[in-house]
Amino acid sequence: MAFLKTENTRVSAIYTCVPQKKERTEDYEWISMQERQLFTKTTGIIERRVASETTTCSDLCFEAASQLLNDLNCKDEIDLVLFVSQSPDYFLPATSIVLQNRLGIPTNSLAFDVNLGCSGFVYGLSIASHFIQSGNIKKVLFLAGDKSTISTNYEDKSTFPLFGDAGTATLLEFDETAKSWNFSMASDGKGKDAIIIEHGHSRNPYGRIDDETVEIEPGIKRSKKHLKLNGMEVFNFALKEVAPSIKELLVFAEKQIEEIDYFVFHQANKLINDSVRKKLKIEENKVPLSIDYFGNTSSASIPLTICKELEQIVSNEEKTYILSGFGVGFSWATVILELANVKTKMIEYA
Amino acid sequence: MNIQEFISIIEDEFDEVETGSLSPETSFRQMEGWSSMHALILIALVDNHFDVLLTGEELRGLNTIQDLYDLLETKKA
Repeated sequence: MAFLKTENTRVSAIYTCVPQKKERTEDYEWISMQERQLFTKTTGIIERRVASETTTCSDLCFEAASQLLNDLNCKDEIDLVLFVSQSPDYFLPATSIVLQNRLGIPTNSLAFDVNLGCSGFVYGLSIASHFIQSGNIKKVLFLAGDKSTISTNYEDKSTFPLFGDAGTATLLEFDETAKSWNFSMASDGKGKDAIIIEHGHSRNPYGRIDDETVEIEPGIKRSKKHLKLNGMEVFNFALKEVAPSIKELLVFAEKQIEEIDYFVFHQANKLINDSVRKKLKIEENKVPLSIDYFGNTSSASIPLTICKELEQIVSNEEKTYILSGFGVGFSWATVILELANVKTKMIEYA
Repeated sequence: MNIQEFISIIEDEFDEVETGSLSPETSFRQMEGWSSMHALILIALVDNHFDVLLTGEELRGLNTIQDLYDLLETKKA
């Protein structure tokens, strides 16, 4: 576990953009009604948002960022554009650079992509705040999200009803009066096969994509170009690593768990979040959920949950938060930080 | 916790299972409508009540509720 501390960063706005189209678990006819009900009970997912064929994650992030830059009137002041996603527009160039131009952000800005999913929002905060702490970067536009539905197969009950699409934009700024942020971060590539799209990149290149859909087990059919998810392995990883990493971070930050007002966890599965909450002995009202109406939205899940459930709270008084993301990689990261006067917005993409 | 109490917890957790219908000899994979989701619920239940982390592999190697209970007792010790 790596522990990091950064200074002088404040979050001033979090905007989330989701597609207008909803898909309800109860309408997922590939599985029986009894299975659909059990799926909702276990994962918490009632419905999720699904992007159209022509909409990309960067389109959702663009919409969120465009409104944010307009509302805060700071387009010309952005020094760094950071895009965290596993569904970029192209193999190359980096989507962050495409977005820098599309958003009209000055060319004297830095722009780069980071390939992370569930842990990506917290990693992004860490990267952005390290740049800000260096002193020469004053404003960071941090975009996070995924169009996960592009790689899920309808005939795979282990992935198709789980994922929703979303794009987010977060504005981070230099603030001398800001309290320090404390991070814990870790990686374990032994879990690489637990959540993977095997074909399509350079290990198994595009020209040799195996398109054949095969039955893995009843209810699960997919090809090598589809997202594969081993629910049991991911579940065990989360139960084993998340609660201890949060406890260790509290020690590093010299905080008591009672001092934390809200815990915003990655939204992978309600059963995982309930289990982590019970292990840490946290009251239910301190752990907001968005998975119920948005599904698992990858690196967008934490900012989306803040926009959906904590809009009034983050826009007002200062509270202390734990944000924790965990999953694909495996990769996991947690931050303890204060949020106050954060402007939020939920946007629907037509 | 004795095995009867353990069975009661499982019966409470699984909506499809009627109270009193399970015994130590019940093969949990033969329970009506058993699916991978039930396996996750069972792992979460065991983690919560026993503070024991059960792997998918361990679960696959078990047959009856008694087998599961015995493994938990061993892992707890």
